Amino acid sequence: MEALSSLADGFAVALTFQNLGLALIGCFLGTIIGALPGLGPSNGVAILIPLAFSLGLGPTPALILLTSVYYGAMYGGRISSILLNIPGDEPALMTTLDGYPMAKQGRAGEALAISGVASFVGSFFATIGLVFLAPLLVQVALLFGPAEYFALFALAFATLGGVSSTNQAKAAFATALGLGIAMVGVDGQTGVPRFSFGEVHLYDGIDFLVAIVGLFALSEVFIFLEHRGDGSGEGKQADVGIGRITPSFAVLRRCTPTMARSTVLGFVAGVLPGAGASLGSFLAYTSEKAVADKEGTFGKGDPRGVAAPEAGNNAAAGGALVPMLALGVPGSGTTAVLLAMLLALNITPGPLLFQQNPDVVWGLIAALFIANFMLLAMNIPMVGLFVRVLMIPPKFLMPIVAMVSFVGIYGISGSTFDLMVMVVFGVLGWVLRKLEVPLVPVILGILLGNLMESNLRRAMTISDGDWTVLFASPLALLLWAIAVVGFVLPILVGKRIKRRMHMTEEEPGGATTTD
Amino acid sequence: MTNSALFARLLGGIALLGVMSGAAAWAFEPEQTECIAPANPGGGWDFTCRQVGKTMQDLGLVPGTMQVTNLAGGGGGVAFAEVVNKRADENDLIVAASTATATRLAQGAYPGNTMDQVRWLGSVGTDYGIIAVDADSPIQTLPELMEKVKADPSSVAFAGGSAVGGWDHLKVLIAAEAAGIDDARSVKYVAFDGGGEAVTQLLAGSVQAFTGDASEAKGFVDSGDIKVLAVLAPERLEGDFASFPTAKEQGLDAMGANWRGFYAPGGMSDEAYQYWVDAIGKTYESDEWQQVMAQSGLAPLDLQGEEFEAFVAESVAKIQEISREIGIIQ
Repeated sequence: MEALSSLADGFAVALTFQNLGLALIGCFLGTIIGALPGLGPSNGVAILIPLAFSLGLGPTPALILLTSVYYGAMYGGRISSILLNIPGDEPALMTTLDGYPMAKQGRAGEALAISGVASFVGSFFATIGLVFLAPLLVQVALLFGPAEYFALFALAFATLGGVSSTNQAKAAFATALGLGIAMVGVDGQTGVPRFSFGEVHLYDGIDFLVAIVGLFALSEVFIFLEHRGDGSGEGKQADVGIGRITPSFAVLRRCTPTMARSTVLGFVAGVLPGAGASLGSFLAYTSEKAVADKEGTFGKGDPRGVAAPEAGNNAAAGGALVPMLALGVPGSGTTAVLLAMLLALNITPGPLLFQQNPDVVWGLIAALFIANFMLLAMNIPMVGLFVRVLMIPPKFLMPIVAMVSFVGIYGISGSTFDLMVMVVFGVLGWVLRKLEVPLVPVILGILLGNLMESNLRRAMTISDGDWTVLFASPLALLLWAIAVVGFVLPILVGKRIKRRMHMTEEEPGGATTTD
Repeated sequence: MTNSALFARLLGGIALLGVMSGAAAWAFEPEQTECIAPANPGGGWDFTCRQVGKTMQDLGLVPGTMQVTNLAGGGGGVAFAEVVNKRADENDLIVAASTATATRLAQGAYPGNTMDQVRWLGSVGTDYGIIAVDADSPIQTLPELMEKVKADPSSVAFAGGSAVGGWDHLKVLIAAEAAGIDDARSVKYVAFDGGGEAVTQLLAGSVQAFTGDASEAKGFVDSGDIKVLAVLAPERLEGDFASFPTAKEQGLDAMGANWRGFYAPGGMSDEAYQYWVDAIGKTYESDEWQQVMAQSGLAPLDLQGEEFEAFVAESVAKIQEISREIGIIQ
């Protein structure tokens, strides 16, 4: 119960007029930053660091402002995923799979509301987990060596079949493409550049944010251009309906077990340094599809397909704070920025942080709770406002999407080279959509491929090339077992679902399902 | 000034506008100042830009706020190429640099670029390297660890936050060389994404030793989770690290300093160069910066102007030598 009294002290710190105001500003800015494609939580937080400095904020208020932005962005990312089929940030990637189909069915309002509730559930329970489990969870992070990480990523790829319900071969092709793109850049284990063609811009590899914005946002613009004026094809969005603004109680109840499972999975993924929110939302979605998708409705606008990744990625955002605070190891790009901020404020995260700076830690945690309620209160009524985006005729909306994409990407790296890479990805995305190849596995390949490779190589270096090290620990064996089950089970069960799908005569195409 | 001859050579024959007297006030007035951090927000370079920019603003050395631009890519290579090719004549621009910059310049990892294409301004401190093991490890001293490596190189895996050939790796090799280990390639090094991740893997028991900067390990040293075998500094550090012996004390002449500093465009005017050298010197001396250094675990390294330039040249040469030995460059 010591945690509770500390938390009460934390609320005393957080509940000042200034801190509440900062949380409100942070939540609002974060939601917008998250919703804009290209601007994700990590650049959102980075942009606001100078603001925190120039306002002369102390450590606690500064952290409150920045973590509110962080949580806000995790909420906001879903908005453009659902309304435009463009992920606002990388963890919102999976939300496009069911969110956009829901919007196309005229249920955009419902999708936004459900995902808002799921986001709340995910981050609320993750924050509770942070309060009570942080010291324990650090031990979990220490169970993961390179071999275990490799098994974890193998598990993620083994369940990739869940992403595209229709054509597994195309999903596999898309994954391979993503993995191939992930190989570009300097190889950390030898220091040798690969596929960089002597181009210094490629030494750091392809930034997945550039890939996401190109593949999703720009290709959307290209498809609109292709169909300009004739009102057909995917670019046409004016007929996307708004629907009811609040989800029915029955739908929420159906989503409750989904949110519960996804929160746990997402939180654990967030706790593991290097895995982060994207893996959290991904695992939440694929496992939920495996567990709950008895009718084969995932990928076609199932509310649970929206709730799962949103609960997962928001829980992961809370989980990622565990290794950052307790070990000083950032679990994601955003926590890396927060970590730098902490260091700049003379706070050394690490095993002693909870003892040395209890006011900062508990004030922060209390602020997270407050931010979370603010976000829920802000997001649900604003659903009606957000969906009005869909009223904007595509001829105005698409140029805005293009503009935001270019500004966002240029804002991250300040490099025109990245803009060209983005355009290349835009064309690639357009081609892939034409071929009905799902785009999500491409991104996952880029996102997880490097991590998977470097952990394999680390494990091999440590063991002097002995492959059995990959199966040496009970945890690794467990992960491999789940991976095998996750890979084999859908093949066995899938036949039944396939038959059903043929009966309902749905068009194939996974993430890019068209009307 | 005596450095005019040096610059004339370094700048590849670019004529100097005039010879300045050391006492003269600079005629240069900065306008909209900018600091390029050649990496994404959150890293060491970003920290250097933002902290120095803030200190300069507080001290009134620059007008208004210094703008920080993140120009990531190529481990700083994108920013270096940009400054050399497109912004060579700017007077209001400085760029954050560190040992990592010198390492990549030494290894030719910035294609077509060399250190004499820019002007080196000054340092703002240094982060000395450490070599540590888990608190429970039976190993007590650096020579003991190195004996173990000598006896069976595969028995000790070093984890560090930089890529193979990067600074964390080179620090181990500098220590190994001092310990008489001839085959640098036999030393097992595992690259992780940052020092924090590397320490975590040390605690998890995946690796046997950690190589990194003192500041990266501070939290774990305070908590007693790791045991610092040696500090790669000329003398003992102050504060929390005072109880840890240097490598030199243990008979291994190994030093590894990750300095932080700035360079400026090669075509910057002498007036502007002098202005920035002076501004960095004043920043370094200020109480505010001394406090930042103490907080972030930076040790003193006070070099400006030509002294700094010579220091960078020396560290580039040294790194080139080690890199050649381990086969990173031919």
